[in-house]
Amino acid sequence: MSTEAIIRNYILENYLFTDDQSALNSTDSFLDKDILDSTGILEVIYFLEDEFGIKVEDTEMVPENLDSVNNIVSFIAKKRP
Amino acid sequence: MQALAERYEAEIVNFDRDKEVERICETMREIMRTKLRRRGVVVAVSGGIDSSVSAALAVKAFGAKKAFFIQLPEVDSAQETQSRGSQLIEHLGVDHTTHNIAATLEAIGCYQARDEAIVKTFPEYGDGWKNKIVIKGGLDGQVNHFMLVVQDPQGQQHEKRLDLREYLQIVAATNYKQRIRKTIEYYHADRLNYAVVGTPNRLEYDQGFFVKNGDGSADLKPIAHLYKTQVYALAKHLGLPASICNATPTTDTYSLPQGQDEFYFALPYQEMDKALWARNVGASAGELAAMLGITEEQAKFVLQDIDNKRKTTHYLHAKPYLIESMPELGL
Repeated sequence: MSTEAIIRNYILENYLFTDDQSALNSTDSFLDKDILDSTGILEVIYFLEDEFGIKVEDTEMVPENLDSVNNIVSFIAKKRP
Repeated sequence: MQALAERYEAEIVNFDRDKEVERICETMREIMRTKLRRRGVVVAVSGGIDSSVSAALAVKAFGAKKAFFIQLPEVDSAQETQSRGSQLIEHLGVDHTTHNIAATLEAIGCYQARDEAIVKTFPEYGDGWKNKIVIKGGLDGQVNHFMLVVQDPQGQQHEKRLDLREYLQIVAATNYKQRIRKTIEYYHADRLNYAVVGTPNRLEYDQGFFVKNGDGSADLKPIAHLYKTQVYALAKHLGLPASICNATPTTDTYSLPQGQDEFYFALPYQEMDKALWARNVGASAGELAAMLGITEEQAKFVLQDIDNKRKTTHYLHAKPYLIESMPELGL
Protein backbone atom coordinates (compact mmCIF):
# COMPACT_ATOMS: atom_id res chain seq x y z
CA MET A 1 0.00 0.00 0.00
CA SER A 2 1.31 3.51 -0.78
CA THR A 3 2.16 5.92 2.03
CA GLU A 4 -0.76 8.06 0.94
CA ALA A 5 -3.18 5.12 1.08
CA ILE A 6 -1.95 4.07 4.54
CA ILE A 7 -2.46 7.57 5.92
CA ARG A 8 -5.78 8.13 4.17
CA ASN A 9 -7.14 4.85 5.49
CA TYR A 10 -5.92 5.59 9.01
CA ILE A 11 -7.66 8.99 9.05
CA LEU A 12 -10.85 7.66 7.44
CA GLU A 13 -11.12 4.71 9.79
CA ASN A 14 -10.14 6.41 13.05
CA TYR A 15 -11.46 9.97 12.74
CA LEU A 16 -14.25 9.89 10.18
CA PHE A 17 -15.54 6.37 10.94
CA THR A 18 -16.05 5.53 7.29
CA ASP A 19 -14.42 3.70 4.37
CA ASP A 20 -15.88 6.18 1.88
CA GLN A 21 -12.77 7.55 0.14
CA SER A 22 -14.68 10.63 -1.04
CA ALA A 23 -15.05 11.80 2.59
CA LEU A 24 -11.47 13.08 2.62
CA ASN A 25 -9.40 15.06 0.11
CA SER A 26 -5.68 14.61 0.44
CA THR A 27 -5.31 18.39 0.60
CA ASP A 28 -7.92 18.90 3.36
CA SER A 29 -6.52 20.71 6.43
CA PHE A 30 -7.22 18.44 9.40
CA LEU A 31 -7.45 21.41 11.76
CA ASP A 32 -9.43 23.80 9.56
CA LYS A 33 -11.91 21.10 8.59
CA ASP A 34 -12.29 19.98 12.22
CA ILE A 35 -11.12 16.47 11.36
CA LEU A 36 -8.49 16.45 14.11
CA ASP A 37 -7.92 18.46 17.28
CA SER A 38 -4.52 18.81 18.96
CA THR A 39 -4.85 15.48 20.77
CA GLY A 40 -5.78 13.92 17.42
CA ILE A 41 -2.56 15.30 15.91
CA LEU A 42 -0.58 13.74 18.75
CA GLU A 43 -2.27 10.43 17.97
CA VAL A 44 -1.27 10.78 14.32
CA ILE A 45 2.34 11.42 15.36
CA TYR A 46 2.27 8.28 17.49
CA PHE A 47 0.84 6.35 14.52
CA LEU A 48 3.49 7.68 12.11
CA GLU A 49 6.35 6.82 14.47
CA ASP A 50 4.97 3.33 14.93
CA GLU A 51 4.01 2.64 11.31
CA PHE A 52 6.99 4.18 9.50
CA GLY A 53 9.71 3.73 12.14
CA ILE A 54 10.54 7.43 12.24
CA LYS A 55 11.06 9.82 15.15
CA VAL A 56 9.15 13.10 14.89
CA GLU A 57 11.26 15.80 16.56
CA ASP A 58 9.64 18.60 18.61
CA THR A 59 10.55 21.20 15.98
CA GLU A 60 8.87 19.08 13.30
CA MET A 61 5.52 19.08 15.13
CA VAL A 62 4.13 21.91 13.01
CA PRO A 63 1.05 22.05 10.76
CA GLU A 64 3.18 22.19 7.58
CA ASN A 65 4.30 18.60 8.30
CA LEU A 66 1.13 17.13 9.74
CA ASP A 67 -2.03 19.02 8.80
CA SER A 68 -3.15 17.09 5.69
CA VAL A 69 -2.59 13.73 4.01
CA ASN A 70 -0.36 15.39 1.40
CA ASN A 71 1.65 17.27 4.06
CA ILE A 72 2.27 14.01 5.91
CA VAL A 73 3.23 12.15 2.72
CA SER A 74 5.87 14.83 1.92
CA PHE A 75 7.08 14.80 5.52
CA ILE A 76 7.46 11.01 5.56
CA ALA A 77 9.32 11.12 2.23
CA LYS A 78 11.79 13.61 3.74
CA LYS A 79 12.23 11.59 6.94
CA ARG A 80 12.77 8.18 5.39
CA PRO A 81 16.13 7.47 3.83
CA MET B 1 -2.11 49.95 19.90
CA GLN B 2 -2.08 52.02 23.08
CA ALA B 3 -5.85 52.15 22.92
CA LEU B 4 -6.12 48.38 23.41
CA ALA B 5 -4.02 48.38 26.59
CA GLU B 6 -5.98 51.37 27.91
CA ARG B 7 -9.25 49.66 27.15
CA TYR B 8 -8.09 46.52 28.98
CA GLU B 9 -7.13 48.63 32.00
CA ALA B 10 -10.50 50.39 31.98
CA GLU B 11 -12.72 47.34 31.39
CA ILE B 12 -10.89 44.49 33.08
CA VAL B 13 -8.37 45.84 35.58
CA ASN B 14 -10.32 48.81 36.93
CA PHE B 15 -13.75 47.22 37.06
CA ASP B 16 -16.18 48.32 39.79
CA ARG B 17 -15.51 45.73 42.51
CA ASP B 18 -18.44 46.61 44.77
CA LYS B 19 -20.89 46.47 41.91
CA GLU B 20 -19.50 43.16 40.67
CA VAL B 21 -19.68 41.53 44.11
CA GLU B 22 -23.25 42.73 44.50
CA ARG B 23 -24.20 41.46 41.03
CA ILE B 24 -22.65 38.02 41.62
CA CYS B 25 -24.30 37.61 45.03
CA GLU B 26 -27.71 38.69 43.79
CA THR B 27 -27.45 36.37 40.78
CA MET B 28 -26.36 33.45 42.98
CA ARG B 29 -29.41 33.99 45.21
CA GLU B 30 -31.65 34.24 42.16
CA ILE B 31 -30.26 30.97 40.76
CA MET B 32 -30.82 29.23 44.11
CA ARG B 33 -34.37 30.62 44.39
CA THR B 34 -35.54 29.84 40.89
CA LYS B 35 -33.41 27.01 39.53
CA LEU B 36 -31.54 24.98 42.14
CA ARG B 37 -33.89 25.25 45.12
CA ARG B 38 -31.27 24.13 47.62
CA ARG B 39 -30.74 25.43 51.16
CA GLY B 40 -27.09 26.38 50.95
CA VAL B 41 -23.79 25.69 49.21
CA VAL B 42 -20.86 23.29 49.43
CA VAL B 43 -17.46 24.64 48.39
CA ALA B 44 -14.28 22.58 48.17
CA VAL B 45 -11.54 24.87 49.44
CA SER B 46 -8.09 24.16 48.04
CA GLY B 47 -6.26 27.20 49.39
CA GLY B 48 -5.97 28.60 45.85
CA ILE B 49 -7.26 31.98 44.78
CA ASP B 50 -10.29 30.76 42.81
CA SER B 51 -11.88 28.53 45.43
CA SER B 52 -11.10 31.15 48.10
CA VAL B 53 -12.89 33.95 46.23
CA SER B 54 -15.79 31.64 45.31
CA ALA B 55 -16.10 30.60 48.96
CA ALA B 56 -16.04 34.21 50.15
CA LEU B 57 -18.69 35.19 47.59
CA ALA B 58 -20.85 32.25 48.68
CA VAL B 59 -20.66 33.39 52.29
CA LYS B 60 -21.50 36.94 51.25
CA ALA B 61 -24.47 35.74 49.20
CA PHE B 62 -25.96 33.23 51.63
CA GLY B 63 -24.28 33.77 55.01
CA ALA B 64 -21.74 31.61 56.85
CA LYS B 65 -24.47 29.37 58.27
CA LYS B 66 -25.64 28.33 54.81
CA ALA B 67 -22.20 27.29 53.60
CA PHE B 68 -20.19 24.10 54.15
CA PHE B 69 -16.52 23.93 53.21
CA ILE B 70 -14.46 20.82 52.50
CA GLN B 71 -10.71 20.34 52.31
CA LEU B 72 -9.71 17.33 50.21
CA PRO B 73 -5.94 16.85 50.34
CA GLU B 74 -3.97 13.83 49.10
CA VAL B 75 -0.31 12.85 49.12
CA ASP B 76 0.72 15.29 46.36
CA SER B 77 -1.06 18.31 47.90
CA ALA B 78 1.38 20.98 49.05
CA GLN B 79 1.39 21.78 52.76
CA GLU B 80 1.18 25.53 52.01
CA THR B 81 -2.03 25.24 50.03
CA GLN B 82 -3.66 23.18 52.79
CA SER B 83 -2.68 25.70 55.42
CA ARG B 84 -3.96 28.58 53.25
CA GLY B 85 -7.26 26.68 52.96
CA SER B 86 -7.43 26.38 56.74
CA GLN B 87 -6.72 30.10 57.13
CA LEU B 88 -9.56 30.91 54.76
CA ILE B 89 -12.00 28.65 56.59
CA GLU B 90 -11.08 30.26 59.90
CA HIS B 91 -11.33 33.72 58.34
CA LEU B 92 -14.83 33.07 57.00
CA GLY B 93 -16.01 31.12 60.05
CA VAL B 94 -17.80 28.37 58.16
CA ASP B 95 -18.61 24.79 59.25
CA HIS B 96 -16.21 22.43 57.50
CA THR B 97 -14.64 19.01 57.26
CA THR B 98 -11.35 17.61 56.00
CA HIS B 99 -11.35 14.35 54.08
CA ASN B 100 -7.94 13.10 53.02
CA ILE B 101 -8.54 11.24 49.75
CA ALA B 102 -5.13 9.50 49.57
CA ALA B 103 -6.45 6.11 50.77
CA THR B 104 -9.32 6.24 48.26
CA LEU B 105 -6.93 7.15 45.44
CA GLU B 106 -4.59 4.36 46.48
CA ALA B 107 -7.44 1.85 46.57
CA ILE B 108 -8.77 2.85 43.15
CA GLY B 109 -5.31 2.57 41.59
CA CYS B 110 -4.65 6.25 40.83
CA TYR B 111 -1.02 6.38 41.96
CA GLN B 112 -0.21 2.93 40.58
CA ALA B 113 -1.59 3.72 37.09
CA ARG B 114 0.25 7.04 37.06
CA ASP B 115 3.56 5.53 38.16
CA GLU B 116 3.28 2.68 35.62
CA ALA B 117 3.14 5.27 32.83
CA ILE B 118 6.01 7.27 34.34
CA VAL B 119 8.21 4.15 34.63
CA LYS B 120 7.67 3.43 30.91
CA THR B 121 9.27 6.82 30.22
CA PHE B 122 11.85 6.81 33.05
CA PRO B 123 12.52 3.14 34.08
CA GLU B 124 14.60 4.29 37.07
CA TYR B 125 11.63 6.25 38.57
CA GLY B 126 10.57 4.99 42.02
CA ASP B 127 10.25 5.85 45.70
CA GLY B 128 11.53 9.30 46.60
CA TRP B 129 11.15 10.62 43.04
CA LYS B 130 8.80 13.47 42.10
CA ASN B 131 7.06 14.30 38.83
CA LYS B 132 5.16 16.84 36.79
CA ILE B 133 3.97 17.36 33.22
CA VAL B 134 4.97 20.43 31.23
CA ILE B 135 3.30 21.64 28.02
CA LYS B 136 5.36 22.76 25.01
CA GLY B 137 4.61 24.14 21.59
CA GLY B 138 1.84 26.74 21.89
CA LEU B 139 4.10 29.79 21.78
CA ASP B 140 6.23 28.40 18.94
CA GLY B 141 3.46 27.45 16.52
CA GLN B 142 4.04 23.77 17.22
CA VAL B 143 1.36 21.25 18.03
CA ASN B 144 0.95 21.25 21.82
CA HIS B 145 2.82 18.31 23.28
CA PHE B 146 3.84 17.27 26.73
CA MET B 147 7.10 16.71 28.56
CA LEU B 148 7.44 14.58 31.67
CA VAL B 149 9.75 16.14 34.24
CA VAL B 150 10.97 13.92 37.08
CA GLN B 151 13.24 14.72 40.00
CA ASP B 152 15.44 12.00 41.46
CA PRO B 153 15.99 11.69 45.22
CA GLN B 154 19.23 13.71 44.86
CA GLY B 155 17.24 16.66 43.49
CA GLN B 156 18.40 16.30 39.87
CA GLN B 157 15.64 16.95 37.29
CA HIS B 158 15.26 14.97 34.04
CA GLU B 159 12.92 15.72 31.14
CA LYS B 160 11.60 13.62 28.22
CA ARG B 161 8.79 14.03 25.73
CA LEU B 162 5.87 11.83 26.69
CA ASP B 163 4.50 9.35 24.20
CA LEU B 164 0.78 9.86 23.75
CA ARG B 165 -0.27 6.64 25.51
CA GLU B 166 1.74 7.47 28.61
CA TYR B 167 0.59 11.09 28.60
CA LEU B 168 -3.05 10.03 28.39
CA GLN B 169 -2.60 7.44 31.14
CA ILE B 170 -0.93 9.91 33.52
CA VAL B 171 -3.68 12.47 32.93
CA ALA B 172 -6.41 9.83 33.21
CA ALA B 173 -4.92 8.60 36.48
CA THR B 174 -4.52 12.06 38.01
CA ASN B 175 -8.08 12.95 36.91
CA TYR B 176 -9.20 10.46 39.56
CA LYS B 177 -8.22 13.16 42.06
CA GLN B 178 -10.72 15.72 40.77
CA ARG B 179 -13.42 13.09 40.29
CA ILE B 180 -13.07 11.59 43.77
CA ARG B 181 -13.15 15.10 45.23
CA LYS B 182 -16.37 15.84 43.38
CA THR B 183 -17.95 12.61 44.62
CA ILE B 184 -17.30 13.73 48.20
CA GLU B 185 -18.57 17.27 47.53
CA TYR B 186 -21.84 15.81 46.23
CA TYR B 187 -22.09 13.45 49.22
CA HIS B 188 -22.18 16.50 51.49
CA ALA B 189 -24.42 18.45 49.12
CA ASP B 190 -26.91 15.57 49.05
CA ARG B 191 -26.71 15.11 52.81
CA LEU B 192 -27.39 18.79 53.48
CA ASN B 193 -29.67 19.49 50.50
CA TYR B 194 -27.10 22.03 49.34
CA ALA B 195 -25.82 22.98 45.86
CA VAL B 196 -22.19 22.52 44.80
CA VAL B 197 -20.20 25.60 43.84
CA GLY B 198 -17.70 25.18 41.00
CA THR B 199 -14.73 27.51 41.13
CA PRO B 200 -13.18 27.99 37.66
CA ASN B 201 -12.13 31.45 36.53
CA ARG B 202 -12.76 32.59 32.96
CA LEU B 203 -9.40 31.47 31.63
CA GLU B 204 -9.88 27.94 32.94
CA TYR B 205 -13.52 27.76 31.92
CA ASP B 206 -13.00 29.14 28.41
CA GLN B 207 -9.92 27.07 27.68
CA GLY B 208 -11.28 23.82 29.12
CA PHE B 209 -8.78 23.58 31.94
CA PHE B 210 -10.89 21.27 34.07
CA VAL B 211 -11.79 17.61 34.40
CA LYS B 212 -15.17 16.58 33.07
CA ASN B 213 -17.23 15.14 35.93
CA GLY B 214 -14.42 16.31 38.19
CA ASP B 215 -13.79 19.95 39.03
CA GLY B 216 -15.82 20.79 35.90
CA SER B 217 -18.97 19.49 37.59
CA ALA B 218 -21.02 21.87 39.72
CA ASP B 219 -24.44 23.46 40.12
CA LEU B 220 -23.26 27.05 39.84
CA LYS B 221 -19.98 28.71 38.90
CA PRO B 222 -19.87 32.22 40.32
CA ILE B 223 -16.54 33.41 38.89
CA ALA B 224 -16.48 31.63 35.50
CA HIS B 225 -17.01 35.01 33.78
CA LEU B 226 -14.09 36.71 35.58
CA TYR B 227 -10.54 36.91 34.23
CA LYS B 228 -7.95 35.63 36.70
CA THR B 229 -6.64 39.18 37.16
CA GLN B 230 -10.13 40.15 38.33
CA VAL B 231 -10.30 37.19 40.72
CA TYR B 232 -7.10 38.40 42.40
CA ALA B 233 -8.57 41.90 42.58
CA LEU B 234 -11.74 40.57 44.24
CA ALA B 235 -9.68 38.54 46.74
CA LYS B 236 -8.10 41.78 47.95
CA HIS B 237 -11.37 43.66 47.78
CA LEU B 238 -13.08 40.99 49.91
CA GLY B 239 -10.28 41.25 52.48
CA LEU B 240 -9.05 37.67 52.18
CA PRO B 241 -5.81 36.71 54.01
CA ALA B 242 -2.66 38.10 52.36
CA SER B 243 -1.18 34.60 51.94
CA ILE B 244 -4.09 33.76 49.60
CA CYS B 245 -4.08 37.09 47.74
CA ASN B 246 -0.36 36.74 46.98
CA ALA B 247 -0.22 33.02 46.13
CA THR B 248 1.08 31.90 42.73
CA PRO B 249 -1.44 29.66 40.95
CA THR B 250 -0.42 26.00 40.85
CA THR B 251 -2.23 22.83 39.85
CA ASP B 252 -1.45 21.16 43.23
CA THR B 253 -1.91 17.84 41.43
CA TYR B 254 1.64 16.65 40.72
CA SER B 255 4.37 16.04 43.29
CA LEU B 256 6.74 18.66 41.79
CA PRO B 257 5.55 22.28 42.01
CA GLN B 258 3.75 22.99 38.74
CA GLY B 259 2.55 26.39 37.54
CA GLN B 260 -0.67 26.39 35.54
CA ASP B 261 1.19 28.07 32.68
CA GLU B 262 3.65 25.15 32.62
CA PHE B 263 0.92 22.55 32.40
CA TYR B 264 -1.67 24.11 30.19
CA PHE B 265 -1.39 27.73 29.10
CA ALA B 266 1.06 29.24 26.63
CA LEU B 267 1.81 32.23 28.92
CA PRO B 268 1.53 33.19 32.62
CA TYR B 269 -2.00 34.13 33.63
CA GLN B 270 -1.53 37.92 33.53
CA GLU B 271 -0.63 37.68 29.84
CA MET B 272 -3.11 34.90 29.11
CA ASP B 273 -5.90 37.10 30.50
CA LYS B 274 -4.90 39.84 28.07
CA ALA B 275 -4.63 37.40 25.17
CA LEU B 276 -8.02 35.85 25.86
CA TRP B 277 -9.62 39.24 26.26
CA ALA B 278 -7.94 40.42 23.03
CA ARG B 279 -9.35 37.35 21.28
CA ASN B 280 -12.82 38.12 22.65
CA VAL B 281 -12.78 41.74 21.48
CA GLY B 282 -11.44 40.75 18.06
CA ALA B 283 -8.03 42.41 18.38
CA SER B 284 -5.36 41.59 15.78
CA ALA B 285 -2.11 39.68 16.40
CA GLY B 286 -0.24 42.96 15.86
CA GLU B 287 -2.24 44.73 18.57
CA LEU B 288 -1.80 41.83 21.01
CA ALA B 289 1.94 41.70 20.26
CA ALA B 290 2.28 45.38 21.15
CA MET B 291 0.25 44.90 24.31
CA LEU B 292 2.33 41.92 25.53
CA GLY B 293 5.74 42.92 24.18
CA ILE B 294 6.08 39.74 22.11
CA THR B 295 6.54 39.30 18.35
CA GLU B 296 3.55 39.42 16.03
CA GLU B 297 4.23 35.82 15.03
CA GLN B 298 4.15 34.69 18.68
CA ALA B 299 0.92 36.63 19.23
CA LYS B 300 -0.56 34.87 16.21
CA PHE B 301 0.39 31.50 17.71
CA VAL B 302 -1.10 32.45 21.09
CA LEU B 303 -4.41 33.45 19.48
CA GLN B 304 -4.38 30.26 17.43
CA ASP B 305 -3.67 28.24 20.58
CA ILE B 306 -6.73 29.81 22.25
CA ASP B 307 -8.92 28.74 19.32
CA ASN B 308 -7.39 25.26 19.26
CA LYS B 309 -8.00 24.74 22.98
CA ARG B 310 -11.59 25.90 22.59
CA LYS B 311 -12.07 23.36 19.85
CA THR B 312 -10.28 20.50 21.60
CA THR B 313 -12.11 20.99 24.90
CA HIS B 314 -15.57 21.86 23.63
CA TYR B 315 -16.88 18.40 24.51
CA LEU B 316 -15.92 18.96 28.15
CA HIS B 317 -18.58 21.69 28.35
CA ALA B 318 -21.19 19.78 26.38
CA LYS B 319 -24.09 17.87 27.85
CA PRO B 320 -24.40 14.31 26.50
CA TYR B 321 -25.59 14.46 22.90
CA LEU B 322 -28.97 12.87 22.18
CA ILE B 323 -30.10 11.26 18.96
CA GLU B 324 -33.18 13.46 18.94
CA SER B 325 -34.14 16.49 21.00
CA MET B 326 -36.61 16.19 23.89
CA PRO B 327 -38.42 19.52 24.02
CA GLU B 328 -40.66 18.32 26.86
CA LEU B 329 -37.52 18.39 29.04
CA GLY B 330 -36.07 21.51 27.48
CA LEU B 331 -33.29 19.32 25.98
